[in-house]
Formats: sequence, C-alpha cells, structure tokens
Amino acid sequence: MKAEMATASANPACSGATPHDVERVRADFPILQRVVNGKTLAYLDNAATAQKPNAVIDAICQYYRTSNANIHRGVHRLSIEATEAYEQARGKVQRFIGAKRPQEIVFVRSATEAINLVAQAYARPKLTAGDEILITTMEHHSNIVPWQILCEQTGAVLRVAPITDAGELDLDEFEKLLGPRTRIAAVTHISNALGTINPVRDLVEMAHGHGVPVLIDGAQAAPHLPIDVAAIGCDFYTITGHKMFGPTGIGALYGRHELLDAMEPYQGGGEMILSVTFEKTTYNKVPHKFEAGTPHIAGAIGMGAAVDYLEAIGLDRIGAHEHELLRYTTETLSAIPGVRLVGTAKNKAAVVSFLVGDVHPHDVGTILDQEGIAVRTGHHCAQPVMERFGIAATVRASLALYNTPAEIDRLTAAVAKVQEVFN
Amino acid sequence: MFDLADLYQQLILDHNRSPRNHGRLDGAGRRSEGYNPLCGDRVTVYLALDGEVISDVAFEGVGCAISTAAASLMTEAVKGMTMSEATALFERFRAMVTGEADHGDESLGKLDAFAGVRNYPARVKCATLVWHTLKAAIDAEDEDEVVTTE
Repeated sequence: MKAEMATASANPACSGATPHDVERVRADFPILQRVVNGKTLAYLDNAATAQKPNAVIDAICQYYRTSNANIHRGVHRLSIEATEAYEQARGKVQRFIGAKRPQEIVFVRSATEAINLVAQAYARPKLTAGDEILITTMEHHSNIVPWQILCEQTGAVLRVAPITDAGELDLDEFEKLLGPRTRIAAVTHISNALGTINPVRDLVEMAHGHGVPVLIDGAQAAPHLPIDVAAIGCDFYTITGHKMFGPTGIGALYGRHELLDAMEPYQGGGEMILSVTFEKTTYNKVPHKFEAGTPHIAGAIGMGAAVDYLEAIGLDRIGAHEHELLRYTTETLSAIPGVRLVGTAKNKAAVVSFLVGDVHPHDVGTILDQEGIAVRTGHHCAQPVMERFGIAATVRASLALYNTPAEIDRLTAAVAKVQEVFN
Repeated sequence: MFDLADLYQQLILDHNRSPRNHGRLDGAGRRSEGYNPLCGDRVTVYLALDGEVISDVAFEGVGCAISTAAASLMTEAVKGMTMSEATALFERFRAMVTGEADHGDESLGKLDAFAGVRNYPARVKCATLVWHTLKAAIDAEDEDEVVTTE
C-alpha cells in the first residue's frame, strides 16, 4: 500500500489533486523541441495561435487516413463514420462551454466568422437607422469591423465603452451606454492585447436589464479558463479552434436555441437545405442551417480532440499554472528598469504587453527571435487599444499551459540584451 | 544564426538615436507619405527641387530603429542628386537589402550598413519604406502622395 502511494505521487499526471506537470505536457507538443537560431524554441505567442499536441495532430491524421468522406449524406460506411466523428466533436464543444444542446453549436471558420454571422443573420434584420450597437475600446478588430460594416448597411451607430488606465472596462460607462436604442452588445471575454478578464456575467446581467442581448467573444478565453455559457447567461459566445490547441480554419458559435432558430441563414448552399426546387427552398434545422457547404470536417474533429486534451488536464489546473506564470512574468519584467507594462488589470489572463524604454517593439522582437523566443510585436489587431494608451505597438508575451519559469528567465535575459544594444 | 551586430550596426544605432534631416521641410515642392500597415510605421518625405536636382530633403515620422536610420541615411545620400540618380540608388539599395544583389558587388557607401537586413526578411520593409516613399515623391505629378508597402 505504501509502495503504491509512492508510485502515485511520483506520477503526478495521474492525480487531479497534484500540480500541473509541465514537463509531461511539453512532451505532448512536438514543435516545442524545435531549435530556432541555435536555441530551443520558447514559444510565448499563444494569444496569436497555440501549438498543437500529438492528440490533435493524430486525430486529424487518423480521420484522413481511415474515415475521410463527406458528411450527412451517403449511406456508405465511411460517410457514417465521418458524420459521427463530426457530430461527436460538436457534442464535445457543447459540453466544453456548457451549452444545453448540441444544436446550439454552429461550426464556423473562426471566431471572426462567428461574429460576422451574428451581425448579419441576427442583428441586421432587426436594425434601423439610429439604432445602437455597443462594444468596448479593448475589442480585437474582429469584434469591431463586422459591426462597422453593419452600421454602414443599416444606419445604426457604434457606441464604444471606454477602458481605464489599467486596461479595465469602465463598468459605469458601459451601463450608461446601454440605452433605449441599443440592439446588441458585443464584448470580449479576455482582451488579446492587455489580458484583461472582463466580468462577463455582470455585463450580461446589466445588458439584459436593459433588454439588450449580448455576444461574448471568447477566442482568448477558451484555452485558459472554464467556460459556462449558461452561467454567463450570454446570448452568443464565440470560440476558435487554433487558439485552444486545435487546428486553424475551425471555430464555433454558441447561440441560444430560440435565437438561432428564428434567424435567417447566413450563407446559402448545400447542407443548409432540406429541399430545393426553383420555386421554393426549405432550409435545414439549426445548426445545419448555418453550415452551408462541406464543412472543415477534419478541423472539427481536431477541435474536439483539443477539447478532450484540455479537459484531461483540467482548466482549473491550467489556470493555476498560468496564474503563477503571470505573477512571475509580471514581477520579473517590471523589476527591469525602463520596462513598462501595458495592461495591469486586477483580473488578468497570462498576457503581458510591455515596452522596453523607447525601443521600438519590432526591434525588441528581432532581438528576442535571435534568442529563440517567439513573441508578438505590433498592434495585436487592436489599434484602438494602442491609441488609448498613446502608443503604436507593444511587445506581447502570451503564455500557455506548456510555458515554464525558465522560459520567462530567458525572456528577461533577452530584454537585458535589448537594452545593451540600444543603451 | 546571424550576428545581431550585423543588423544593428553602430551607424544604424547612431542615426536612430539622432536622425538627420528630421522634421518638416518648409518650402518643399513635393511631399509624400508612406505607411506600413503591418507595423504601423508612418513616414513623410519632403523634397525641394532645383530643376531635376534634389536640393533639399527631409523626413518626419517614427518607427523602429531600422526604418528611422534608413530614413536618416537616405536623406543624406540623395541630397544633391538628380531625381534619376536617386531612383537608380533606390534600385541598388533595394537589391542589396533583399539579397538580389551580392553584397560586395559594389559599395553604396554608408548605406552598406543595411546589408545585414537581407538576413532578416521580416525587416526588409522597415529599410525600404522610406525609399518607396521617396520614389513616390519623385514620381508624383501632384503633391501629397500616399504609398503603402502592403
């Protein structure tokens, strides 16, 4: 008995109560073995896209090697298998984000497409000139531009709730901007440029108090914290596969069933119809009504495998690991004279945007790359955020479940090198 | 692996720290703006012409060390040249930083400091933005041209 316990404690990945075994996780990601410029890759660009574990890569290969066929048609064996795998993936995503029914999950190309779908198929028919759409200053371009297009099409007006110097949403201003003409609010769960975690449940409650439906952009949230759309109470929620260790080209839109059911189609084509004649076409039921054309079957299966992978480790455990990494990164970077952090919200995900004196972030990025460290430099597709802080760009280290304090030490050493070059 | 010192040469760091011919040029006959949407760098080039000769040139704008130094050294290089000489120099500079021409084929004087850029493909546009902007000013029939590198 004693020996068994000793074995169990030496194998922490077997027990949910033990800490995150980062070395074991790293072994699941073959790309982390890569050498870049003579150094082992330190991949700190996870908010742009996350790396893929073997489980995801293998699921995609397995599908193409053994079951590739078109879905929802054909009675042959492979078509049945492919359909089952695709619909199983939908079920995995549904459970992962706490949706009540699989019909509430629409597979799309990306979170961007999900937002465009809601803008065009849900909001557009409801809008008249002078109606209002409420977003925030910290949105990614993907949660700004679809609404601007919609405003041009309908004469609606875009309202933008401001953020504080720490990069937190100003909740009072947000509530003030919810008016009698507000038809929808669209807010990010986690800011990709600042790391701020928004109090989405409170925001939804506020908006619903004014009769305003809410879309939450969860592209940055899915890989880092448990999501429960029922508890959040939102009307729409968007995620993307590639930021949660799945493939690119696949994402999911959650929509409350009665809303999706009442919406017009987004695109026309095969799959989204029940019958077609030149006189009359009958649309398919949700979610298929919104999945025109042959979908990214392998992508959905890969996204399902990513969900399995995240759930096997546990979002709570991942969150605790990342929280500790964030604390360490914030502490070590801010201890370097001349380094300025941009985005210092109290409730933050493991995203650290910073500036090194007046050295341009692209120069920092090039020097970091020489050290094998991958970070994002630029405006992070969030130019209004940069404008809010009066800067053109930042360096952004965004962390994930496989990052280590040793990689952060390499980052801080490389920042010192930047200062040496530009002293 | 490349040595960082090849990219961030002292001359480049110096011109980044204290750019020459920096600021608005009053009485400029031509002006053009360059923009790199990828990184947000913006630069304005002012040209004063005496016939075909670039009698004065200046730039405004901020960016990374490579783009700022490129702008500064460009203004030094083309001042006093004819417009066609400046265009020819742009071609040779572009060939050098993209690696189309072998470095060492011919010296471009101080501009040789940018030869290391060829080893950093993501940074080539930083070095060429101001030159594209100069070219737009040279080719402009009217004032106020905007060019982008994307």
